[in-house]
Amino acid sequence: MTALSALIRRDIRIALRVGGGALVGVLFFLTVVVLMPFAVGPDLALLSRLGPAILWLGALLASLLTLDRLFMADHEDGSLDLITMSRTPLELACAAKALAHWLAAGLPLIVATPVLGLLLNLDMVATGAVALTLLAGTPALTFTGMIGAALAVTLHRGGLLMAVLVLPLSIPVLIFGVAASQAVIVGPMTFGAPFSILCALSLVSLVIGPFAAAASLRHGLD
Amino acid sequence: MTLIDLANPTRFLALTARVLPWLAAATVILLAIGLYQTALAPDDYQQGATVKIMFIHVPNAWLSMFVWGVMSIASLGTLVWRHPLADVAAKAAAPIGAAFTFLALLTGSLWGRPMWGTYWEWDARLTSVLILFLMYLGLMALWRAVDDPSRAARAAAVLTLVGALNLPIIKFSVDWWNTLHQPASVMRMGGSALDKSFLIPLLVMAIAFTLLFVTLHLAAMRNEILRRRVRSLQMMQASRVAFSSEMGAASRGQNASKEAGAA
Repeated sequence: MTALSALIRRDIRIALRVGGGALVGVLFFLTVVVLMPFAVGPDLALLSRLGPAILWLGALLASLLTLDRLFMADHEDGSLDLITMSRTPLELACAAKALAHWLAAGLPLIVATPVLGLLLNLDMVATGAVALTLLAGTPALTFTGMIGAALAVTLHRGGLLMAVLVLPLSIPVLIFGVAASQAVIVGPMTFGAPFSILCALSLVSLVIGPFAAAASLRHGLD
Repeated sequence: MTLIDLANPTRFLALTARVLPWLAAATVILLAIGLYQTALAPDDYQQGATVKIMFIHVPNAWLSMFVWGVMSIASLGTLVWRHPLADVAAKAAAPIGAAFTFLALLTGSLWGRPMWGTYWEWDARLTSVLILFLMYLGLMALWRAVDDPSRAARAAAVLTLVGALNLPIIKFSVDWWNTLHQPASVMRMGGSALDKSFLIPLLVMAIAFTLLFVTLHLAAMRNEILRRRVRSLQMMQASRVAFSSEMGAASRGQNASKEAGAA
């Protein structure tokens, strides 16, 4: 337990300090959201209708962008081999690393959401709904993305290939995240149903992700 | 003949060389029977002649999932049993599965245009099959991105098993959500809802397409084995050329040192 908490603390500290790059994700998120009005036009009514979708897409891309750092830096300096060989089960270590990554790179996105909601003409309730769905949904993005990150580090390939592999897995999260936020803003649907499916997706990926990532690390690293 | 006996690629090649002509002949005959029965099948009272798209669409859709299932079992073979042909099977199946999935999507949209009034609808069944198609393409990209086949095999195996989660979602999407796509009517509780005049040609076509997949898959596996052999022969030749030129330089040095030692 102490090993895992030490791992989490270490990862967060590395991510937040110079060269960590967790906060670049927030900057990227901001840039994507600012780009959107230029693409669709500064029509406030349209922006408030598209707002949840834009925020979700931005958060999805931002969390994907930071993911390849998850194992790569540890692989480069050799600490990944130590983690693989330690007595702590690799599955738990992967889960701890993903949790740390989510705390360092995922939570800032959610904190930034209310500010970005203002830019997209979202009212208080809508912004709250988007932030809540992001809070429930981004763990799923991180934990499924971890599989791609583990594959990328064993194959020495990152970037586009990882995006191609991970993005199809994150489509369900996107669908139900946006559906739940839209349900609050316009929809005849209730908020509860898509939101509970979103929570379920996060829980499932919480179980699947560490096992798949650990399997690919165990089989792939030599 | 067990699965372990097939671990020897030479034995696998010899066996498939004998089996393949028979499989191909059976596929052709069954496809001919199926197409003939399809042509004779009556028009639907609502859909008219367009119902005949079903006889192509349903087998393709069924195979799009079946192939992923085969790849999942092959992935288990790679990760758990380390069967040497498992990764060949998984690699050879991916493009075939992608083709079946594409055909299912294509025939479905051609059928959807006259029946639903649209080529595409973002409903649960269509979306989940589209995700399946994207995953096939991603898997093929993964196979192509890595030059060491055994390394690529293990990575692809993990991804295939994760992607297998999509299969039950596709199967039950029509029951879980209110979709434009019709719910299951062939394999369901309480027997098939299809009339015999449709059901029998459909089953014949399904078996014919499955045989088609088995034939193509075995042929693709043979090609993959032969391709790997050619590749390893080329690598050996290349290393021999490099080695002999290196040896030429090294032996001169060695002779010199030997003479020095003798002196």
